[in-house]
Amino acid sequence: MMVPLSHYLVLSGILFVLGAVGVMARRNAIVIFMCIELMLNAVNLALIAISCNLGDMGGHVFVFMVMTVAAAEAAVGLAIIVSIYRSRGTVNVDEIRLLKW
Amino acid sequence: MAEMITFYVFGGLAVIASLFMITRRNPVGAAWSLIVVMISLAALFVLLSATFVAAMQVIVYAGAVMVLFLFVVMLLNLPEEELGKPKVTGAKIFGAIVSLGLLVELLVVALVDDLPGKELSKGFGEVAPVAKELFSTYLLPFEVTSILLLAAIVGAVVLTQRERKK
Repeated sequence: MMVPLSHYLVLSGILFVLGAVGVMARRNAIVIFMCIELMLNAVNLALIAISCNLGDMGGHVFVFMVMTVAAAEAAVGLAIIVSIYRSRGTVNVDEIRLLKW
Repeated sequence: MAEMITFYVFGGLAVIASLFMITRRNPVGAAWSLIVVMISLAALFVLLSATFVAAMQVIVYAGAVMVLFLFVVMLLNLPEEELGKPKVTGAKIFGAIVSLGLLVELLVVALVDDLPGKELSKGFGEVAPVAKELFSTYLLPFEVTSILLLAAIVGAVVLTQRERKK
């Protein structure tokens, strides 16, 4: 492996923080979901890089699991957003912060 | 050297596209930027000889998940004012400080001395060896995953159903 492991980890860290910034800064629930996907992707990159460094394929299996969870999360999360939009007419998280209505 | 160049091209592309994603006001633009990030990451996975995961990344993430996102964005057809007006609040300043701290922390952890890389076995990261791992060592988690997907399908169907008239 010619590219050092730390390069991949730094890139992964930067992408993770950008995703976290998006989650904190954006108000649109759909974009917040996209930022969560970005954070999951950053973690995937770290897992694959370390897996390649150690010569162990366990990391690939974990990435597979993370992808499954991300797909399930996207499906359920977007379903929740659609049903909230139907009942409240907005997806702005500043306006839908009550736990009970 | 070629690997270095590939890494910096696709890594830079991923960072720029994610910056785009968190600054675009239009959710469709954000979704497109996220697709660019995912495809750049797939290229990096190939560089790390994880060809199966790279294919999965393009098919599952850039394909299925992002189609779902774009579908919902277009289904809801959000008016312009819903896209969020940029304004500076105390919470955002606090968030910026927290994220900077997180970035520094992650960089400190990431900039460790490199572990001595091991020789990769033949066919590392290809479909057959990954499948062998998946269906022997990690068989139980794999099966539990299918239950998770079933639960997600049922949940999504129940949540999006319109309420029946009584």
